[in-house]
Formats: sequence, structure tokens, C-alpha cells
Amino acid sequence: MKRVLSLASLALVVALGACSGEAPKSGRGVYMLLDTSGTYTKEMKKAQQIIHALLARLDPGDSFAVARIDTGSFSEKDIVAKVSFDERPSMANQQKLHFKEQIDGFVKGLKPASYTDITGGILQATEFLQEKDHGENIIIIFSDMAEDLKKGYKRDQAFTLDGFKVVALNVTKLKSDNFDPDEYRSRLSDWEARVVNGGGEWRKINDLDTLDRIFG
Amino acid sequence: MSLTEFFDQMRFTETLSLMPDSFLFWLLAAVVTAAALYFTREPGHRALRHLGGALNYVCRLGAASMIRADKHLQLRNREVLLAAGREESERHIEREFERLEATVRRDLAECPGLHRKMHEQVTQIEEDLQASVEVPPSPPGWTKAVEAVAKIPDQGDGMVSKILENIHQSLVKAQDQALDEYRAATQERHAHLKATMPHWRKLIDLVGMADKRANRVLEHAKVIDRHMDEYEKILKRDDRAVRKLSSSSLVDFLIAIFVLTIAIGGAVINFHLIARPMAEMVGGNTLVGSFKTADIAALVIILLEITMGLFLMDCLRITRLFPVVGALSDKLRKIMMLAAFSFLFGLASIEAGLAYMREILVQDELATSALLRGDAAGTVAVSFQWITTAAQMGLGFILPFALTFVAIPLETFFKSLRTVAGLMTGALLKGLAVALRLTGGFCKYVSELLIDLYDLFIFFPLWVERQFRHGDPQRKTKTAHVQERY
Repeated sequence: MKRVLSLASLALVVALGACSGEAPKSGRGVYMLLDTSGTYTKEMKKAQQIIHALLARLDPGDSFAVARIDTGSFSEKDIVAKVSFDERPSMANQQKLHFKEQIDGFVKGLKPASYTDITGGILQATEFLQEKDHGENIIIIFSDMAEDLKKGYKRDQAFTLDGFKVVALNVTKLKSDNFDPDEYRSRLSDWEARVVNGGGEWRKINDLDTLDRIFG
Repeated sequence: MSLTEFFDQMRFTETLSLMPDSFLFWLLAAVVTAAALYFTREPGHRALRHLGGALNYVCRLGAASMIRADKHLQLRNREVLLAAGREESERHIEREFERLEATVRRDLAECPGLHRKMHEQVTQIEEDLQASVEVPPSPPGWTKAVEAVAKIPDQGDGMVSKILENIHQSLVKAQDQALDEYRAATQERHAHLKATMPHWRKLIDLVGMADKRANRVLEHAKVIDRHMDEYEKILKRDDRAVRKLSSSSLVDFLIAIFVLTIAIGGAVINFHLIARPMAEMVGGNTLVGSFKTADIAALVIILLEITMGLFLMDCLRITRLFPVVGALSDKLRKIMMLAAFSFLFGLASIEAGLAYMREILVQDELATSALLRGDAAGTVAVSFQWITTAAQMGLGFILPFALTFVAIPLETFFKSLRTVAGLMTGALLKGLAVALRLTGGFCKYVSELLIDLYDLFIFFPLWVERQFRHGDPQRKTKTAHVQERY
């Protein structure tokens, strides 16, 4: 009996010793880019619902930011709302409600952007999430993925997306895509190639009933 | 084409014909191998036989050592079983003596009272009996005078006749009166006798009570006798006692596993009750290793409760997991018991609070989700919500106390584990011994089979040898020996 108890104590000590190593990164960082270009602003109601759904799915300790894609998106000013949820679930719930109010306010007063700088948004998202240092980093792009840069903006940089998951959400077809579907396909495959070459994981979700795939 | 070129080409063709994929190559290789095997036949056979023999020997050696180890283990198991059985019997006898002592003390303490009551009843009965003794009524004193007057002869005197008539009437009256008195006295005696009935009944009850107590003591004595018999058998190292202990320990082990599984289920429910609200105290997403801190905290609380339960049970002397606790003085043991109970009560109260908090958090989360969905109906609280909350709180409070009883199957589990592990290891060793013996025999026969296959492969040179030695009587005999052998 004594021997068994000694062994159990030893196992507990060993287990605690193993636990005392470097703690793994915890939580999720989610950065959502909203395309606010003229053609896409009508999708904002849908974006609002998705943000609410994401808020419901996020846990205490996670980080969430929503930024708009406009003429020059590589800027902190484009972040509409950001939050790092408290570790306490009750506080996190309050933060979620506050975040919702911020987003509702933004959607109400939204003005369409003239250009669409998706690359700048992704670069900004990468920077933001790297600072947060979470175990899982997700960039959600709510856009038709048609980049339209203003003259003078240089956006041919390669991405550094190791450990990032990039999700293209609700990628609607443009009028021109209907004439030539290859244009749509090549647009998506170009983005996929850029993300994968940058070390990231690419995912496209058009069916909004399968939002769980974002975290899966 | 020059001659040199022709010969070069010929050599190339020959080389090609000796390549491994040609029939000629394989035939030549077979002939060479057969010849080599024929010339090395004797050492080859010896080597195969020695290999088989060595493997067989090693396996048999291994099997023998397994059997030896099994015998040692059986002896050790027997010692362990007897020691455990002795301890258990001593415990039973001790407990039975304690019960007997308590019974005797209680009954003996009541004995003077019982005796007094019986004495009172007997005295009362005696008095009543005494009172009911029949006393013949004394005849009135004037009856003799009346008798003398009655003997006066009647000589036709009317006066005398009248007097006699009067005397007769008085006598009849006196007789009636005496009869009434007698009846009244008898009635009184009967009343006295009737009054003894409750005393008799009471006396019967008291005697029955005394009998019951005596029987109780006798039953305890019988149980002690039975335990003593078993104890004596164990002390005599009786084989039947060992077999009985062995089977009993196996049953105990299975029952303990069953109960522990149920207890684990209870602990899991307990864990789910407090893990979520723990996140509110230690953070919902911080990790220790790869586990959530909140989960670890909840687990630690449950383990602490179980530990307190173990100490409590040991202090109550229901289990004997920690000999130190058993060796403590009664006063210290009681203090420790109170401390363990206080901790347990505190932890149970905390759990009830956490269970309540869990419900609040769930409601808060549901309301937040409903608001995020824009579903106003989802935020309305239902009227019977308090039942769930109360049930959760009740569970949170009761489960820690219920888990206290884990100590009993846990003790049984550890105690029977030694025996069961010994039995299982013994069975494993026996199985290994059989497997090794089979392997050894298999190796031996495989080596003989290989020797036969060896000769089968070189059948042609052997046949030639037999033909060659056909005329030589000495060699013929030798060949016959070889043939006999194979």
C-alpha cells in the first residue's frame, strides 16, 4: 500500500514538473477585413450578422478586431473595433455586447470607399495578430476579392503568414465574372497562391451556414 | 569482322548466358550448391542439430526459470493472502468484541433495573395471591343456641311453633346473609387474582426481554466463534483458507472496481459543475501545460475533497489507509476528524456556490448570444429555472460528501490489488513457461526438418554414394545405418 501511494505521489510530482515547462500559446486571434467598396457595401448587413455570430463563438482570452478595406488599408485607423476578451466569462460577455454596439454604429454610418486595398488590410492584420501572440491566428476577408489599388500604392510584397489561416468569406461574383467564370477562378487562385506561398492556410467559405469551418 | 572482334563477341554471349536470369546459371548454381552441401553434410547436420538443441535448451531453461519464479510468486501470494486474511479476521473479531462489549455493557447496566422490576412484579403477585387465599366464614355464635332451641320437641304448643317458625326464618335469613358475604369474599378474592394478570404479563415481558438480550449475546458469541475458526485456519495456514481468501479477494477487487467506476462518474459530474465557474476565478483561457487552468483548479478541488474524505474515513476508523491516523490518540484523532469534516463542509459549500454561479454564467451567456443573434425571446427567463439552480446547488453540496465513501472501495481495491496482481502475474508466468516449452519443442523439430530437407536437396549425390557403396559390405552396413537413421 505504501509503495503504491509513493508511486502515485511520484507520478504527480513528475506530471507537475512536466507542466512547469514553457506554456503553449493560448486563445485565438481573429481579424476581420470588411470590404467597403461601392459594389460591396450592400453586403454589410450580412457582415454584421457574421460578426455577431463570430462574437458568440469566441471565448474569453481571445482577441477580435474588425477593420475596413478602403483605399489604403495598411493603417491602424482602418480598425473599426478591437477587443481582447477578459479571462472571466462574465466580463467577456459584457465586452462582446459593447463590441456589437460599436459594429452596429459603424454599419449605420458607413461610407463607401473608392478603392479596395486588400493586400494592405492583410498586412495590417498580420501585424496586429502577431502582436497579440495567440495560439491560433485567423484573418477573415469579407470581400469579393477584387483588389483595386489607387495609383501610387505599392502592394506587391510577399506575405509572411506562417501559422495564419486566411478565410475568404462571401466571395461574390462580379458582373464580369458572369461573362467569364475563369476570371473569378483565377482571381481566387491568385489569392490562394499568395497566401500559401506566404506560409498560410487558405480557405474559402461562401455558404454562410458553415461558419464553423472558420475555426475548424 | 576481325577474329579478335568475333571472340570478344563470343565471350560477351557466354557471359550473357551465365547471367542470373538464365536456366543454365541456376542449374549450375544448384549443382555447385548441392556438391558443396554434400561435402559439408556431416558438419551441416551437426550445426543444424546443435542449433535446434541449443534453442530448445534455452527455451526449456527459460520455462524452468518461469516456473521457479511462479513458485516463488505463489509462495509470496500465499504469504500476502494469509497476512491480509489474518489482518481482516483480527479486525472482524476486534469489531465483534467491541459490539459484544457494547451489548453486554448496555444490557448489564439495565440488569439491576430489570431485576428490580421483576422483584416488584413478583412481590405484587405474592401479595395478590395472599389476598386471594380462601378464608372460610366463621359460623355465627348463636347457631348452637338456635340448634338447642330447635331440638325442643313440638308438643302442639302454638307459641313454640311460632317461635320455631321465627327461628327458622331468622336462620334462613342468616344463611342468605352468610352466603352473600361468602360470595362477596370470593368475588374479592377473584378480583385479587384478576389483578395479578397484568403483573404476570409484565413478568413474561421482562423474562422475554432478558431472554432476547441473552440471545443477542449468544449471537455475538457465535459470530466471534465463526471468525475465530477462520482465524485459526489462517494461523494454521490451511489450504482451504488460502483458496477462500483468494476467491474472496478477487470478488472484492471486482466489486471495488465497479464501485470506483461509479464514483468516477460522480467525480466527472462534479467536475463539470465547477469547471465552468472556475474560469471566472482563475481565467477561462490560460493554460498549464496543455490543460486549462480552470479545469486543473476544478480537478484539484475535487481531489482535495476526496483526500479529506479519505482522512475522515480513516479518523472514523472505517478505513485504515493511513496507519499514522490509526496510531493517533483518540483526542488527536477526533480533532483531526473535525478538521477534515470542516474542510469538507467548506469545500462542499464552495461547490454549491460555484454551482449557483455556473447557472448565472450560463444564463448570462445565453442572454448574450440571444442579444447577438437579435433574438429578444431568448433573454426571457423561464419560471421553473429555480429548480435547475436548486438541483445544481444540491448536487454541488452533496457530491463531495458522497465522494467521501470512495475511501471504502479504494481501500478494498488497493488491498485486493496485491493479491490479484500476484495471481495475474502467476498466470502470466505459467503461460510464458508453456509458450517457451512449445517454442523449444518447435525449434527442435524444425532443426530435424531442416536436416531432412538438407538431405532432400542433395538426394542425387546421396543416391550415387549408395550405388557406389553397394558392393562394399562394410560401407553397405554403414549406409544401412544412415538409412535407418533417416
